[in-house]
Amino acid sequence: MIRNFIRAALIALGVAAGPAMAEEPFIVVQSTTSTQNSGLFDYILPWFEAETGIDVRIVAVGTGQAIRNAINGDGDVLLVHSKPDEEQFVADGWGVERFDVMYNDFILVGPKSDPAKVKGGSDILSALTAIAEAEAPFASRGDDSGTHKAELAHWGAVDVDPTDASGTWYRETGSGMGATLNVASGMGAYTLTDRATWLSFGNRGNLEVLVEGDPRLFNQYGVILVNPEKHAGVRANAAQRFIDWLVGPDGQAAIASYVIDGEQLFFPNAK
Amino acid sequence: MRDLLPEMPSALDVKDLHISRKGKVLLDVCSLSLDGPGPTLILGPNGSGKSLLLRCLHGLISPDRGEVTQDGLPLGAEQKANQAMVFQNPVLLRRSVSANLDFVLKRQGLNRILRKQRITELLAEGGLEDKARQSARSLSGGEAQRLAILRALASEPETLFLDEPTSALDPGATQMIERMVLRASSRGVRIVMVTHDIGQARRLAADIVMMQGGQIVEHGAAKKVLDAPESDASRRYLAGGLVV
Amino acid sequence: MQNFAAEFSHALSLIFTGDSELWAIVLLSLKVSVLAVLISAVIGMPVGAALAVARFPGRRMMIILMNALMGFPPVVVGLLVYLMLSRSGPLGVLELLYTPTAMIIAQMVLVIPIIAALTRQVVEMLAEEYSEQLRSLGVSRLASVPVLLWDARLALVTALLAGFGRAIAEVGAVIIVGGNINHVTRVMTTTIALETSKGNLALALALGAILIGIAIAVNAMVSALALRAEQEGLRHA
Repeated sequence: MIRNFIRAALIALGVAAGPAMAEEPFIVVQSTTSTQNSGLFDYILPWFEAETGIDVRIVAVGTGQAIRNAINGDGDVLLVHSKPDEEQFVADGWGVERFDVMYNDFILVGPKSDPAKVKGGSDILSALTAIAEAEAPFASRGDDSGTHKAELAHWGAVDVDPTDASGTWYRETGSGMGATLNVASGMGAYTLTDRATWLSFGNRGNLEVLVEGDPRLFNQYGVILVNPEKHAGVRANAAQRFIDWLVGPDGQAAIASYVIDGEQLFFPNAK
Repeated sequence: MRDLLPEMPSALDVKDLHISRKGKVLLDVCSLSLDGPGPTLILGPNGSGKSLLLRCLHGLISPDRGEVTQDGLPLGAEQKANQAMVFQNPVLLRRSVSANLDFVLKRQGLNRILRKQRITELLAEGGLEDKARQSARSLSGGEAQRLAILRALASEPETLFLDEPTSALDPGATQMIERMVLRASSRGVRIVMVTHDIGQARRLAADIVMMQGGQIVEHGAAKKVLDAPESDASRRYLAGGLVV
Repeated sequence: MQNFAAEFSHALSLIFTGDSELWAIVLLSLKVSVLAVLISAVIGMPVGAALAVARFPGRRMMIILMNALMGFPPVVVGLLVYLMLSRSGPLGVLELLYTPTAMIIAQMVLVIPIIAALTRQVVEMLAEEYSEQLRSLGVSRLASVPVLLWDARLALVTALLAGFGRAIAEVGAVIIVGGNINHVTRVMTTTIALETSKGNLALALALGAILIGIAIAVNAMVSALALRAEQEGLRHA
């Protein structure tokens, strides 16, 4: 019996391990849940893969975790949205060079009943102040992601430390954007989200967009090649081709053409 | 004497065997020698140490002191390999009837053809020819015990120990077991069997070991022990047994 | 809610009309978990059997440790395997992170304690019953291991299925070491997590329905086998 087990296991392991050892070249991109959940990668990657034969494997986690994974060498490309952290990543030698890729914007969504009366405004700071004063429920990512970092920066600007109210009106989900939207939808809370995830999100319930258009809500994405001098295993050639494509005319056009319900989700702005 | 009768199994000797647990003496046998040709039956009431003695003879239990020797040699792997035992409740492997026999034959190093031949012979000996492929665990009590005896005989032992093999069986099944035991004995296998059934002792025994309270109270030819017991303990047991 | 019902039935029809992408995910899940369980059996069964028959100092401690590992949180297992397989980890050169092999390894860490612990229990009980008989037949402790494993085969299949149940339903470990990469390491549970976070609750539930179907099938097999084993064991009890 045991001999048969081993034989079957070895044969089958070879089959399962197949994709890992396939001759087809591939790269691993450490990226964020917002790009994944919005469906952008599923939309643009087939063009690149058809052109180059390089399989792009996306690991979608929060910006903080994506950066830490990249520092560990567990990725060839980093594509996230927290510019100060990205610049620090390059400055520390973990990345080669940072390029702007695209932007979209953050929006404040909340329940239609709008207990803090912030609807229609275009000033995120006064909206957050009103929410804090009304102690209206607010769902925060709380996961060290790019969106979370942006949200905390705005609270800092109005001199409110919402974590004092953690567990009362301020709820930290510790989860991805979609999961946090599910929480906000379920408990009628306000939350800050990137527009792309919002547009492709399928469980809005009573939520609607309340505040948008503040220049402070600008959300820039950058791409960085993980430094092959730090991690010899980095697939630098294939990864560089992907970055070149992404910031080149073909990639930029592909990003611009991604539309949901007539709305463009990301705006290419590579220099 | 044994040199003149080479087919005679070598003698089993016991010297000064002693086992006690928690201050209670369970077995205390000064000396016992089994070298006769016929079946030896160990008789006695419950708790008299019959099964314990049998396990010591087979090397399953090491005594606190004393020694069991076979043909003058202590019980080692070689001696034990010449013994086999059948337990009160047959412990059959969860496999087919023939696989239970094959298990022992394989350990004997027999090749496939010889094993197949031996299995056929053994099944015929036990009247289990039509059960070969059946699960051993689905046999009736009598069939299961017959298979246990066949499996014990499969290794062609010089000595076969049986521990109350028929205590849970009806008279018909008991009779089949007894016939198998007698046939094995007539082929030269030394039989040492524990029973509390006096009728069985009368039917099978050449000599009888009578036990009481961990000690051997009498050892002699069956007819003599059964019809003219020397010790009070034997008399009491036989009288009680006859009433039942 | 009516909207949801319509979405759910749409998702179910997607699955059962053979949406190839969904079925690829289901197949990958089965492949990863079946392999993880088979390899775990090769390792866990002899370990469990050895613990059942061998007597050595520290044996009790090992049994307690093994039983405790049965309830080890998958996320922690995922993290440990990630740290081992990461390029900056000791096994980084193998380039196994974010592959199905990494998921198999993580699931093995979860499943081996289950199989080993259940094997130990089953074999120890059987060894008690067989002990005198096997010694009488001259079978040593070591040589009794394969005999006991084979004779406990019905109960051991139950242990395998229990391990499979844990492996196939687990998400915390495989999402960390697999990365939930589309077409490469995306399995049923990670897809459910992803679709839930995208707010596609109907699709997530439909996949959940398949998972429940598999769980029911596995459990039905477990109980059928357990029943059979019990019946065989009860005869001549």
